[in-house]
Amino acid sequence: METKRIEELQEIARRVRVGIIDAVYSASSGHPGGSLSIADLLTYLYFEKLNVDPKNPKWEDRDRLVLSKGHCAPGLYSVLAQKGFIPVEDLKTFRKTSSYLQGHPDMKHTPGVDMSSGSLGQGTSVSCGMALSAKISGKKNRVYAILGDGETEEGQVWEAAMFAAHYGLSNLCWIVDFNGLQIDGPIAEVMNPAPYEGKFTGFGWNVIDADAHDFNSLEAAFKAAEACTDKPRVIIQHSTKGKGVSYMENNVAWHGSAPNAEQYEVAMQDLGER
Amino acid sequence: MADKIATREAYGKALAEFGAEYENLVVLDADLAAATKTGTFKKAFPDRFFDCGIAENNMIGVAVGLSLTGKIPFASSFAMFAAGRSFEQVRNSIGYPHCNVKIGATHAGITVGEDGATHQCCEDIALMRTIPGMTIINPADAVEARLAVKAAIEYNGPVYLRFGRMAVPVFNGDDYKFEIGKGVKLADGCDVSLIATGIEVEQALLARELLANEGISASVVNIHTIKPLDEELVISEAEKCGAIVTCEEHTVIGGLGAAVAECLSEKRPTPVKRVGVNDTFGRSGPAKELISYFGLDAASIAAKAKEAIALK
Repeated sequence: METKRIEELQEIARRVRVGIIDAVYSASSGHPGGSLSIADLLTYLYFEKLNVDPKNPKWEDRDRLVLSKGHCAPGLYSVLAQKGFIPVEDLKTFRKTSSYLQGHPDMKHTPGVDMSSGSLGQGTSVSCGMALSAKISGKKNRVYAILGDGETEEGQVWEAAMFAAHYGLSNLCWIVDFNGLQIDGPIAEVMNPAPYEGKFTGFGWNVIDADAHDFNSLEAAFKAAEACTDKPRVIIQHSTKGKGVSYMENNVAWHGSAPNAEQYEVAMQDLGER
Repeated sequence: MADKIATREAYGKALAEFGAEYENLVVLDADLAAATKTGTFKKAFPDRFFDCGIAENNMIGVAVGLSLTGKIPFASSFAMFAAGRSFEQVRNSIGYPHCNVKIGATHAGITVGEDGATHQCCEDIALMRTIPGMTIINPADAVEARLAVKAAIEYNGPVYLRFGRMAVPVFNGDDYKFEIGKGVKLADGCDVSLIATGIEVEQALLARELLANEGISASVVNIHTIKPLDEELVISEAEKCGAIVTCEEHTVIGGLGAAVAECLSEKRPTPVKRVGVNDTFGRSGPAKELISYFGLDAASIAAKAKEAIALK
Protein backbone atom coordinates (compact mmCIF):
# COMPACT_ATOMS: atom_id res chain seq x y z
CA MET A 1 0.00 0.00 0.00
CA GLU A 2 1.24 3.51 -0.78
CA THR A 3 2.68 5.45 2.15
CA LYS A 4 0.29 8.33 1.51
CA ARG A 5 -2.72 6.01 1.65
CA ILE A 6 -1.44 4.39 4.80
CA GLU A 7 -1.14 7.83 6.41
CA GLU A 8 -4.68 8.67 5.35
CA LEU A 9 -6.01 5.46 6.85
CA GLN A 10 -4.02 6.04 10.04
CA GLU A 11 -5.61 9.46 10.37
CA ILE A 12 -9.10 8.02 9.87
CA ALA A 13 -8.35 5.27 12.40
CA ARG A 14 -7.15 7.94 14.85
CA ARG A 15 -10.46 9.78 14.46
CA VAL A 16 -12.33 6.50 14.87
CA ARG A 17 -10.50 5.99 18.17
CA VAL A 18 -11.32 9.53 19.30
CA GLY A 19 -14.97 8.79 18.55
CA ILE A 20 -14.83 5.57 20.57
CA ILE A 21 -13.47 7.39 23.61
CA ASP A 22 -15.93 10.28 23.18
CA ALA A 23 -18.83 7.82 23.02
CA VAL A 24 -17.78 5.74 26.00
CA TYR A 25 -16.84 8.79 28.06
CA SER A 26 -20.17 10.50 27.32
CA ALA A 27 -22.08 7.37 28.27
CA SER A 28 -19.94 6.68 31.34
CA SER A 29 -20.08 3.08 30.21
CA GLY A 30 -19.37 0.86 27.23
CA HIS A 31 -16.56 -1.28 25.88
CA PRO A 32 -13.49 0.70 24.85
CA GLY A 33 -10.83 -2.06 24.92
CA GLY A 34 -12.19 -4.30 22.16
CA SER A 35 -13.44 -1.31 20.17
CA LEU A 36 -9.93 0.14 20.06
CA SER A 37 -8.43 -3.19 19.04
CA ILE A 38 -10.63 -3.32 15.92
CA ALA A 39 -10.38 0.40 15.05
CA ASP A 40 -7.77 -0.20 12.33
CA LEU A 41 -9.65 -3.20 10.97
CA LEU A 42 -12.93 -1.25 10.79
CA THR A 43 -11.13 1.62 9.09
CA TYR A 44 -9.56 -0.72 6.55
CA LEU A 45 -12.87 -2.48 5.87
CA TYR A 46 -14.98 0.67 5.46
CA PHE A 47 -12.41 2.68 3.52
CA GLU A 48 -10.74 -0.01 1.43
CA LYS A 49 -12.98 -3.05 1.18
CA LEU A 50 -16.70 -2.71 1.75
CA ASN A 51 -18.90 -1.83 -1.19
CA VAL A 52 -21.44 0.27 0.73
CA ASP A 53 -23.19 3.57 0.14
CA PRO A 54 -23.77 5.93 3.09
CA LYS A 55 -26.49 7.67 1.05
CA ASN A 56 -28.28 4.38 0.50
CA PRO A 57 -27.56 2.24 3.56
CA LYS A 58 -30.18 -0.38 2.61
CA TRP A 59 -28.83 -0.84 -0.95
CA GLU A 60 -29.68 -4.44 -1.70
CA ASP A 61 -26.40 -5.48 -3.33
CA ARG A 62 -24.08 -3.95 -0.74
CA ASP A 63 -21.42 -5.94 1.04
CA ARG A 64 -22.51 -6.93 4.55
CA LEU A 65 -20.65 -6.59 7.83
CA VAL A 66 -21.87 -8.30 10.98
CA LEU A 67 -20.21 -7.08 14.15
CA SER A 68 -20.70 -10.35 15.96
CA LYS A 69 -18.81 -9.01 18.96
CA GLY A 70 -21.57 -6.46 19.31
CA HIS A 71 -20.28 -4.96 22.55
CA CYS A 72 -17.72 -3.16 20.39
CA ALA A 73 -20.53 -0.98 19.04
CA PRO A 74 -18.56 2.22 19.80
CA GLY A 75 -16.01 1.12 17.21
CA LEU A 76 -18.72 0.41 14.62
CA TYR A 77 -20.61 3.64 15.30
CA SER A 78 -17.42 5.67 15.14
CA VAL A 79 -16.37 4.26 11.76
CA LEU A 80 -19.94 4.66 10.44
CA ALA A 81 -19.69 8.31 11.50
CA GLN A 82 -16.37 8.73 9.69
CA LYS A 83 -17.87 7.12 6.60
CA GLY A 84 -20.87 9.48 6.67
CA PHE A 85 -23.65 7.09 7.72
CA ILE A 86 -24.36 9.00 10.94
CA PRO A 87 -23.26 12.42 12.28
CA VAL A 88 -20.02 12.36 14.30
CA GLU A 89 -21.64 14.48 17.04
CA ASP A 90 -24.25 11.75 17.63
CA LEU A 91 -21.52 9.54 19.10
CA LYS A 92 -21.89 11.56 22.30
CA THR A 93 -25.48 10.34 22.63
CA PHE A 94 -24.30 6.72 22.87
CA ARG A 95 -26.29 4.69 25.42
CA LYS A 96 -28.55 7.64 26.29
CA THR A 97 -32.25 6.85 26.71
CA SER A 98 -33.29 9.12 23.84
CA SER A 99 -30.53 8.02 21.46
CA TYR A 100 -30.68 5.57 18.57
CA LEU A 101 -27.13 4.49 19.42
CA GLN A 102 -27.91 1.52 21.64
CA GLY A 103 -25.35 -0.16 23.89
CA HIS A 104 -25.20 -2.96 21.35
CA PRO A 105 -25.91 -2.47 17.62
CA ASP A 106 -29.58 -2.07 16.63
CA MET A 107 -30.06 -2.47 12.88
CA LYS A 108 -33.62 -1.17 13.02
CA HIS A 109 -32.59 2.33 14.00
CA THR A 110 -28.96 2.80 12.98
CA PRO A 111 -28.10 3.45 9.32
CA GLY A 112 -25.26 1.19 8.19
CA VAL A 113 -25.77 -1.51 10.80
CA ASP A 114 -26.46 -4.75 8.93
CA MET A 115 -27.42 -6.87 11.92
CA SER A 116 -28.42 -6.33 15.54
CA SER A 117 -25.86 -8.12 17.64
CA GLY A 118 -24.55 -8.42 21.14
CA SER A 119 -25.37 -11.94 22.22
CA LEU A 120 -22.08 -13.58 21.35
CA GLY A 121 -21.88 -16.22 18.66
CA GLN A 122 -25.15 -15.36 16.97
CA GLY A 123 -23.71 -13.02 14.34
CA THR A 124 -21.60 -15.82 12.91
CA SER A 125 -24.68 -17.80 11.85
CA VAL A 126 -26.33 -14.69 10.45
CA SER A 127 -23.25 -14.01 8.32
CA CYS A 128 -23.52 -17.57 7.00
CA GLY A 129 -27.14 -16.99 6.01
CA MET A 130 -26.23 -13.76 4.22
CA ALA A 131 -23.38 -15.47 2.36
CA LEU A 132 -25.56 -18.44 1.43
CA SER A 133 -28.23 -16.07 0.16
CA ALA A 134 -25.76 -14.22 -2.08
CA LYS A 135 -24.37 -17.49 -3.36
CA ILE A 136 -27.72 -19.03 -4.31
CA SER A 137 -28.86 -15.76 -5.88
CA GLY A 138 -25.68 -15.46 -7.96
CA LYS A 139 -24.82 -12.13 -6.36
CA LYS A 140 -21.25 -10.90 -6.08
CA ASN A 141 -21.46 -9.08 -2.77
CA ARG A 142 -19.24 -10.23 0.08
CA VAL A 143 -20.04 -10.90 3.69
CA TYR A 144 -17.76 -10.15 6.64
CA ALA A 145 -18.15 -10.86 10.33
CA ILE A 146 -15.95 -9.66 13.17
CA LEU A 147 -15.66 -12.02 16.12
CA GLY A 148 -14.04 -11.59 19.49
CA ASP A 149 -11.47 -14.17 20.51
CA GLY A 150 -13.42 -14.85 23.69
CA GLU A 151 -16.54 -15.17 21.53
CA THR A 152 -15.09 -18.25 19.86
CA GLU A 153 -15.73 -20.06 23.15
CA GLU A 154 -19.41 -20.07 22.14
CA GLY A 155 -20.48 -23.37 20.59
CA GLN A 156 -22.65 -21.64 18.00
CA VAL A 157 -19.50 -20.24 16.36
CA TRP A 158 -18.40 -23.75 15.52
CA GLU A 159 -21.86 -24.79 14.34
CA ALA A 160 -21.66 -21.85 11.97
CA ALA A 161 -18.08 -22.68 10.97
CA MET A 162 -19.17 -26.21 10.05
CA PHE A 163 -22.11 -24.85 8.05
CA ALA A 164 -19.99 -22.35 6.10
CA ALA A 165 -17.50 -25.00 5.03
CA HIS A 166 -20.23 -27.53 4.21
CA TYR A 167 -21.94 -25.09 1.88
CA GLY A 168 -18.65 -23.78 0.44
CA LEU A 169 -19.28 -20.17 1.40
CA SER A 170 -16.20 -18.68 -0.26
CA ASN A 171 -17.86 -15.25 -0.26
CA LEU A 172 -17.66 -15.24 3.53
CA CYS A 173 -14.77 -13.86 5.55
CA TRP A 174 -14.58 -13.77 9.33
CA ILE A 175 -12.04 -11.77 11.26
CA VAL A 176 -11.21 -12.96 14.77
CA ASP A 177 -9.92 -10.12 16.92
CA PHE A 178 -7.24 -12.00 18.83
CA ASN A 179 -6.36 -9.55 21.59
CA GLY A 180 -5.97 -12.29 24.18
CA LEU A 181 -8.20 -10.78 26.86
CA GLN A 182 -11.78 -11.42 27.95
CA ILE A 183 -13.80 -10.08 30.89
CA ASP A 184 -12.53 -12.55 33.46
CA GLY A 185 -8.91 -12.33 32.36
CA PRO A 186 -6.51 -13.64 29.69
CA ILE A 187 -8.39 -16.03 27.42
CA ALA A 188 -5.54 -18.53 27.81
CA GLU A 189 -6.50 -18.72 31.49
CA VAL A 190 -10.30 -18.40 31.30
CA MET A 191 -11.00 -20.88 28.47
CA ASN A 192 -8.35 -21.17 25.85
CA PRO A 193 -9.71 -21.34 22.29
CA ALA A 194 -6.18 -21.56 20.80
CA PRO A 195 -4.80 -22.83 18.53
CA TYR A 196 -7.04 -21.20 15.92
CA GLU A 197 -5.05 -22.46 12.96
CA GLY A 198 -5.74 -26.12 13.66
CA LYS A 199 -9.34 -25.57 14.71
CA PHE A 200 -10.43 -23.57 11.66
CA THR A 201 -8.37 -25.67 9.26
CA GLY A 202 -9.98 -28.75 10.73
CA PHE A 203 -13.39 -27.18 10.16
CA GLY A 204 -12.54 -26.66 6.50
CA TRP A 205 -11.58 -22.99 6.52
CA ASN A 206 -8.67 -21.10 5.02
CA VAL A 207 -6.81 -19.45 7.90
CA ILE A 208 -4.73 -16.28 7.50
CA ASP A 209 -2.85 -14.32 10.16
CA ALA A 210 -2.53 -10.55 10.27
CA ASP A 211 -1.09 -7.78 12.40
CA ALA A 212 -4.21 -5.85 13.39
CA HIS A 213 -2.43 -2.52 13.61
CA ASP A 214 -0.48 -2.58 10.35
CA PHE A 215 -2.46 -1.67 7.23
CA ASN A 216 0.03 -3.42 4.97
CA SER A 217 -0.47 -6.61 6.94
CA LEU A 218 -4.26 -6.25 6.82
CA GLU A 219 -4.07 -5.60 3.08
CA ALA A 220 -1.94 -8.71 2.54
CA ALA A 221 -4.32 -10.80 4.65
CA PHE A 222 -7.43 -9.69 2.75
CA LYS A 223 -5.64 -10.26 -0.57
CA ALA A 224 -4.72 -13.77 0.54
CA ALA A 225 -8.33 -14.29 1.62
CA GLU A 226 -9.63 -13.19 -1.76
CA ALA A 227 -7.22 -15.52 -3.52
CA CYS A 228 -8.96 -18.43 -1.81
CA THR A 229 -12.10 -19.12 -3.79
CA ASP A 230 -13.18 -22.56 -2.68
CA LYS A 231 -13.76 -22.27 1.05
CA PRO A 232 -14.68 -19.78 3.77
CA ARG A 233 -11.81 -17.64 5.03
CA VAL A 234 -10.89 -16.46 8.51
CA ILE A 235 -8.34 -13.81 9.31
CA ILE A 236 -6.86 -14.08 12.78
CA GLN A 237 -5.88 -10.51 13.52
CA HIS A 238 -3.33 -10.26 16.31
CA SER A 239 -4.28 -7.12 18.15
CA THR A 240 -3.68 -5.12 21.28
CA LYS A 241 -6.75 -4.59 23.40
CA GLY A 242 -7.13 -0.86 24.09
CA LYS A 243 -4.74 0.02 21.25
CA GLY A 244 -3.90 3.72 21.09
CA VAL A 245 -4.74 4.72 24.65
CA SER A 246 -1.68 4.17 26.81
CA TYR A 247 -3.27 3.02 30.04
CA MET A 248 -5.89 0.87 28.32
CA GLU A 249 -3.46 -1.19 26.26
CA ASN A 250 -3.36 -4.85 27.26
CA ASN A 251 -5.31 -4.05 30.41
CA VAL A 252 -8.37 -6.24 30.91
CA ALA A 253 -9.87 -3.65 33.28
CA TRP A 254 -10.77 -1.60 30.17
CA HIS A 255 -12.88 -4.29 28.58
CA GLY A 256 -16.07 -2.68 29.76
CA SER A 257 -15.45 0.48 31.70
CA ALA A 258 -15.35 4.18 30.89
CA PRO A 259 -12.61 6.72 31.63
CA ASN A 260 -13.13 9.51 34.18
CA ALA A 261 -12.49 13.16 33.27
CA GLU A 262 -8.80 12.95 34.03
CA GLN A 263 -8.36 9.69 32.14
CA TYR A 264 -10.34 11.14 29.24
CA GLU A 265 -7.81 13.96 28.94
CA VAL A 266 -4.91 11.48 28.91
CA ALA A 267 -6.69 9.46 26.20
CA MET A 268 -7.17 12.57 24.09
CA GLN A 269 -3.46 13.39 24.48
CA ASP A 270 -2.54 9.83 23.50
CA LEU A 271 -4.74 10.15 20.42
CA GLY A 272 -3.21 13.47 19.39
CA GLU A 273 -6.25 15.62 20.15
CA ARG A 274 -4.46 17.84 22.66
CA MET B 1 -64.73 -35.41 10.11
CA ALA B 2 -63.52 -37.88 7.56
CA ASP B 3 -59.80 -37.99 6.84
CA LYS B 4 -57.17 -37.72 9.53
CA ILE B 5 -54.02 -35.81 8.63
CA ALA B 6 -51.27 -34.53 10.90
CA THR B 7 -50.75 -30.78 10.67
CA ARG B 8 -47.01 -31.41 10.10
CA GLU B 9 -47.99 -33.35 6.99
CA ALA B 10 -50.03 -30.40 5.73
CA TYR B 11 -47.11 -28.09 6.57
CA GLY B 12 -44.68 -30.00 4.35
CA LYS B 13 -47.19 -30.16 1.51
CA ALA B 14 -48.01 -26.48 1.79
CA LEU B 15 -44.33 -25.51 1.59
CA ALA B 16 -43.96 -27.58 -1.57
CA GLU B 17 -47.18 -26.13 -3.00
CA PHE B 18 -46.36 -22.49 -2.32
CA GLY B 19 -42.71 -22.92 -3.24
CA ALA B 20 -43.71 -22.68 -6.88
CA GLU B 21 -45.47 -19.36 -6.45
CA TYR B 22 -42.97 -17.78 -4.03
CA GLU B 23 -39.52 -18.07 -5.54
CA ASN B 24 -37.86 -16.49 -2.51
CA LEU B 25 -39.20 -19.20 -0.22
CA VAL B 26 -36.33 -21.24 1.25
CA VAL B 27 -36.54 -24.01 3.83
CA LEU B 28 -34.07 -25.02 6.51
CA ASP B 29 -34.14 -28.08 8.70
CA ALA B 30 -31.96 -29.56 11.41
CA ASP B 31 -31.74 -33.20 10.39
CA LEU B 32 -35.44 -33.83 10.90
CA ALA B 33 -36.79 -33.28 7.39
CA ALA B 34 -38.40 -36.72 7.34
CA ALA B 35 -40.23 -36.00 10.58
CA THR B 36 -41.07 -32.30 10.18
CA LYS B 37 -42.13 -33.11 6.60
CA THR B 38 -40.00 -30.37 5.09
CA GLY B 39 -38.65 -33.29 3.08
CA THR B 40 -41.68 -32.79 0.84
CA PHE B 41 -40.35 -29.34 -0.05
CA LYS B 42 -36.83 -30.70 -0.42
CA LYS B 43 -38.05 -33.14 -3.03
CA ALA B 44 -39.81 -30.40 -4.99
CA PHE B 45 -37.16 -27.69 -4.63
CA PRO B 46 -33.82 -29.28 -3.74
CA ASP B 47 -31.91 -26.07 -4.56
CA ARG B 48 -33.90 -24.10 -1.99
CA PHE B 49 -33.66 -26.58 0.86
CA PHE B 50 -30.73 -26.45 3.27
CA ASP B 51 -30.11 -29.01 5.92
CA CYS B 52 -28.25 -27.43 8.82
CA GLY B 53 -27.52 -30.68 10.58
CA ILE B 54 -28.18 -31.12 14.28
CA ALA B 55 -27.41 -27.50 15.09
CA GLU B 56 -30.64 -25.58 15.65
CA ASN B 57 -29.08 -22.43 17.04
CA ASN B 58 -27.02 -21.96 13.90
CA MET B 59 -30.08 -22.72 11.77
CA ILE B 60 -31.98 -19.84 13.36
CA GLY B 61 -29.12 -17.44 12.61
CA VAL B 62 -28.76 -18.68 9.04
CA ALA B 63 -32.48 -18.09 8.56
CA VAL B 64 -32.02 -14.52 9.80
CA GLY B 65 -29.19 -13.90 7.33
CA LEU B 66 -31.35 -15.22 4.51
CA SER B 67 -34.27 -13.03 5.59
CA LEU B 68 -32.06 -9.93 5.62
CA THR B 69 -31.12 -10.53 2.00
CA GLY B 70 -34.57 -10.93 0.49
CA LYS B 71 -35.44 -14.56 1.14
CA ILE B 72 -38.45 -15.88 3.04
CA PRO B 73 -36.95 -18.63 5.20
CA PHE B 74 -38.85 -21.32 7.06
CA ALA B 75 -36.66 -22.87 9.75
CA SER B 76 -37.93 -26.22 10.97
CA SER B 77 -37.31 -28.51 13.86
CA PHE B 78 -39.24 -30.01 16.73
CA ALA B 79 -40.89 -27.40 18.96
CA MET B 80 -38.64 -28.51 21.80
CA PHE B 81 -35.53 -27.42 19.93
CA ALA B 82 -36.85 -24.56 17.80
CA ALA B 83 -38.48 -22.74 20.70
CA GLY B 84 -36.72 -24.39 23.63
CA ARG B 85 -33.08 -24.86 22.78
CA SER B 86 -32.99 -21.87 20.46
CA PHE B 87 -35.10 -19.50 22.56
CA GLU B 88 -32.36 -16.94 22.91
CA GLN B 89 -31.45 -17.07 19.23
CA VAL B 90 -35.12 -16.57 18.37
CA ARG B 91 -35.37 -13.73 20.86
CA ASN B 92 -32.21 -11.85 19.94
CA SER B 93 -31.57 -12.73 16.29
CA ILE B 94 -35.17 -12.95 15.02
CA GLY B 95 -37.32 -11.06 17.52
CA TYR B 96 -35.26 -8.00 18.39
CA PRO B 97 -34.55 -7.03 14.75
CA HIS B 98 -38.08 -8.23 13.81
CA CYS B 99 -36.75 -10.39 10.99
CA ASN B 100 -39.00 -11.99 8.40
CA VAL B 101 -38.28 -15.54 9.58
CA LYS B 102 -40.91 -18.26 9.91
CA ILE B 103 -40.33 -20.99 12.45
CA GLY B 104 -42.05 -24.23 11.54
CA ALA B 105 -42.11 -26.12 14.82
CA THR B 106 -43.50 -29.63 14.67
CA HIS B 107 -43.99 -32.36 17.28
CA ALA B 108 -45.47 -29.88 19.74
CA GLY B 109 -47.16 -31.08 22.91
CA ILE B 110 -47.65 -34.47 24.46
CA THR B 111 -49.05 -36.13 21.32
CA VAL B 112 -45.46 -36.70 20.26
CA GLY B 113 -46.29 -39.90 22.11
CA GLU B 114 -43.78 -42.64 22.78
CA ASP B 115 -40.63 -40.48 22.57
CA GLY B 116 -41.62 -39.06 25.91
CA ALA B 117 -40.90 -35.98 28.01
CA THR B 118 -37.59 -34.81 26.50
CA HIS B 119 -39.31 -34.35 23.14
CA GLN B 120 -42.78 -33.27 24.28
CA CYS B 121 -42.62 -29.50 24.25
CA CYS B 122 -45.43 -27.98 26.29
CA GLU B 123 -43.72 -24.65 26.89
CA ASP B 124 -43.20 -23.23 23.40
CA ILE B 125 -46.27 -20.99 23.26
CA ALA B 126 -45.38 -19.49 26.63
CA LEU B 127 -41.79 -18.86 25.52
CA MET B 128 -42.77 -17.35 22.18
CA ARG B 129 -45.46 -15.14 23.72
CA THR B 130 -42.82 -13.27 25.69
CA ILE B 131 -41.04 -12.10 22.54
CA PRO B 132 -42.30 -8.67 21.39
CA GLY B 133 -43.69 -8.73 17.85
CA MET B 134 -43.82 -12.52 17.55
CA THR B 135 -46.91 -13.96 15.87
CA ILE B 136 -47.91 -17.43 17.10
CA ILE B 137 -50.15 -19.68 15.04
CA ASN B 138 -51.32 -23.11 16.20
CA PRO B 139 -53.40 -24.71 13.44
CA ALA B 140 -56.14 -27.19 14.34
CA ASP B 141 -56.33 -29.23 11.15
CA ALA B 142 -54.72 -29.76 7.76
CA VAL B 143 -56.83 -27.14 5.99
CA GLU B 144 -55.94 -24.52 8.55
CA ALA B 145 -52.26 -25.52 8.56
CA ARG B 146 -52.02 -25.02 4.80
CA LEU B 147 -53.66 -21.60 4.96
CA ALA B 148 -51.53 -20.61 7.94
CA VAL B 149 -48.38 -21.34 5.94
CA LYS B 150 -49.65 -19.16 3.10
CA ALA B 151 -50.58 -16.35 5.49
CA ALA B 152 -47.15 -16.57 7.14
CA ILE B 153 -45.43 -16.28 3.76
CA GLU B 154 -47.46 -13.21 2.92
CA TYR B 155 -47.00 -11.58 6.32
CA ASN B 156 -43.82 -9.55 6.79
CA GLY B 157 -42.38 -10.38 10.21
CA PRO B 158 -41.53 -13.26 12.52
CA VAL B 159 -44.07 -16.07 12.82
CA TYR B 160 -43.97 -19.16 15.01
CA LEU B 161 -46.06 -21.96 13.50
CA ARG B 162 -46.90 -24.91 15.72
CA PHE B 163 -47.67 -28.29 14.21
CA GLY B 164 -48.46 -31.71 15.62
CA ARG B 165 -47.19 -35.20 14.95
CA MET B 166 -50.49 -37.03 15.44
CA ALA B 167 -53.01 -37.37 12.62
CA VAL B 168 -56.15 -35.35 13.45
CA PRO B 169 -59.54 -35.01 11.75
CA VAL B 170 -60.03 -32.37 9.08
CA PHE B 171 -63.07 -30.34 10.03
CA ASN B 172 -62.55 -27.16 8.04
CA GLY B 173 -63.99 -27.16 4.54
CA ASP B 174 -62.42 -26.02 1.28
CA ASP B 175 -64.14 -22.66 1.63
CA TYR B 176 -62.49 -21.98 5.01
CA LYS B 177 -61.05 -18.47 5.29
CA PHE B 178 -58.00 -17.94 7.46
CA GLU B 179 -56.87 -14.60 8.79
CA ILE B 180 -53.96 -14.12 11.20
CA GLY B 181 -55.26 -12.87 14.55
CA LYS B 182 -58.90 -13.63 13.82
CA GLY B 183 -60.49 -16.40 15.89
CA VAL B 184 -63.20 -18.63 14.46
CA LYS B 185 -66.52 -19.36 16.10
CA LEU B 186 -67.33 -22.99 15.32
CA ALA B 187 -70.52 -23.54 17.31
CA ASP B 188 -72.95 -21.37 19.21
CA GLY B 189 -73.84 -21.81 22.85
CA CYS B 190 -74.89 -19.73 25.84
CA ASP B 191 -73.87 -21.49 29.09
CA VAL B 192 -70.10 -21.73 28.61
CA SER B 193 -67.56 -20.99 25.90
CA LEU B 194 -64.88 -23.53 25.06
CA ILE B 195 -61.95 -21.56 23.66
CA ALA B 196 -59.55 -24.03 22.11
CA THR B 197 -56.42 -24.12 20.00
CA GLY B 198 -54.65 -26.73 17.88
CA ILE B 199 -55.66 -30.34 18.32
CA GLU B 200 -57.77 -29.39 21.33
CA VAL B 201 -60.35 -27.84 19.00
CA GLU B 202 -61.46 -31.37 18.10
CA GLN B 203 -61.75 -32.29 21.78
CA ALA B 204 -63.72 -29.10 22.48
CA LEU B 205 -66.20 -29.97 19.73
CA LEU B 206 -66.60 -33.44 21.24
CA ALA B 207 -67.00 -31.94 24.70
CA ARG B 208 -69.77 -29.73 23.36
CA GLU B 209 -71.70 -32.87 22.42
CA LEU B 210 -71.15 -34.39 25.87
CA LEU B 211 -72.39 -31.20 27.50
CA ALA B 212 -75.41 -31.04 25.18
CA ASN B 213 -76.42 -34.48 26.41
CA GLU B 214 -76.61 -32.96 29.88
CA GLY B 215 -78.58 -29.96 28.67
CA ILE B 216 -75.62 -27.58 28.76
CA SER B 217 -75.18 -25.27 25.81
CA ALA B 218 -71.52 -24.70 24.94
CA SER B 219 -70.03 -22.31 22.43
CA VAL B 220 -66.81 -23.44 20.69
CA VAL B 221 -64.16 -21.06 19.42
CA ASN B 222 -60.96 -21.89 17.55
CA ILE B 223 -58.14 -19.54 18.47
CA HIS B 224 -55.51 -20.44 15.89
CA THR B 225 -53.52 -17.27 16.49
CA ILE B 226 -52.49 -17.06 20.12
CA LYS B 227 -50.55 -13.86 19.55
CA PRO B 228 -51.91 -11.42 18.67
CA LEU B 229 -54.96 -12.74 20.53
CA ASP B 230 -58.42 -12.00 19.12
CA GLU B 231 -59.44 -10.14 22.27
CA GLU B 232 -62.65 -8.88 20.72
CA LEU B 233 -63.92 -12.44 20.20
CA VAL B 234 -62.73 -13.60 23.63
CA ILE B 235 -64.51 -10.69 25.33
CA SER B 236 -67.69 -11.25 23.35
CA GLU B 237 -67.68 -14.94 24.37
CA ALA B 238 -67.28 -13.89 28.00
CA GLU B 239 -70.19 -11.49 27.67
CA LYS B 240 -72.45 -14.05 26.00
CA CYS B 241 -71.63 -17.13 28.09
CA GLY B 242 -70.29 -15.77 31.38
CA ALA B 243 -67.93 -18.73 31.80
CA ILE B 244 -64.90 -19.80 29.81
CA VAL B 245 -62.85 -22.97 29.47
CA THR B 246 -59.59 -22.74 27.58
CA CYS B 247 -58.24 -25.90 25.94
CA GLU B 248 -54.68 -26.38 24.78
CA GLU B 249 -52.08 -29.09 24.41
CA HIS B 250 -49.56 -27.00 26.32
CA THR B 251 -48.76 -26.12 29.90
CA VAL B 252 -51.48 -24.06 31.56
CA ILE B 253 -48.71 -21.60 32.40
CA GLY B 254 -48.24 -18.89 29.82
CA GLY B 255 -50.20 -20.33 26.91
CA LEU B 256 -53.69 -19.78 25.52
CA GLY B 257 -55.32 -20.16 28.94
CA ALA B 258 -53.04 -17.54 30.41
CA ALA B 259 -53.55 -15.19 27.46
CA VAL B 260 -57.34 -15.47 27.75
CA ALA B 261 -57.29 -15.10 31.55
CA GLU B 262 -55.02 -12.06 31.32
CA CYS B 263 -57.27 -10.45 28.76
CA LEU B 264 -60.50 -11.12 30.66
CA SER B 265 -59.23 -10.25 34.12
CA GLU B 266 -58.34 -6.80 32.83
CA LYS B 267 -61.20 -6.20 30.41
CA ARG B 268 -64.17 -8.36 31.34
CA PRO B 269 -63.67 -10.35 34.58
CA THR B 270 -65.20 -13.79 33.97
CA PRO B 271 -64.65 -17.26 35.49
CA VAL B 272 -61.97 -19.05 33.45
CA LYS B 273 -60.96 -22.70 33.82
CA ARG B 274 -57.91 -23.90 31.99
CA VAL B 275 -57.53 -27.31 30.39
CA GLY B 276 -53.90 -28.02 29.63
CA VAL B 277 -50.84 -29.78 30.93
CA ASN B 278 -50.81 -29.03 34.64
CA ASP B 279 -47.26 -27.93 35.39
CA THR B 280 -45.80 -31.35 34.78
CA PHE B 281 -43.56 -33.06 32.24
CA GLY B 282 -44.90 -35.42 29.60
CA ARG B 283 -44.33 -39.16 29.45
CA SER B 284 -44.11 -41.99 26.95
CA GLY B 285 -47.28 -43.60 25.64
CA PRO B 286 -49.55 -43.73 22.63
CA ALA B 287 -50.64 -40.18 21.77
CA LYS B 288 -54.35 -40.88 22.15
CA GLU B 289 -53.92 -42.41 25.58
CA LEU B 290 -51.83 -39.45 26.66
CA ILE B 291 -54.61 -37.03 25.74
CA SER B 292 -56.76 -38.71 28.39
CA TYR B 293 -53.88 -39.29 30.79
CA PHE B 294 -53.10 -35.57 30.89
CA GLY B 295 -56.76 -34.57 31.10
CA LEU B 296 -56.94 -33.01 27.67
CA ASP B 297 -59.81 -35.17 26.41
CA ALA B 298 -63.40 -34.16 25.80
CA ALA B 299 -64.60 -35.61 29.12
CA SER B 300 -62.06 -33.52 31.06
CA ILE B 301 -63.10 -30.40 29.15
CA ALA B 302 -66.78 -31.11 29.90
CA ALA B 303 -65.98 -31.52 33.60
CA LYS B 304 -64.08 -28.23 33.66
CA ALA B 305 -66.97 -26.57 31.85
CA LYS B 306 -69.30 -27.49 34.70
CA GLU B 307 -66.78 -26.13 37.22
CA ALA B 308 -66.61 -22.86 35.27
CA ILE B 309 -70.41 -22.61 35.11
CA ALA B 310 -70.59 -23.20 38.87
CA LEU B 311 -68.39 -20.15 39.40
CA LYS B 312 -70.80 -17.83 37.59
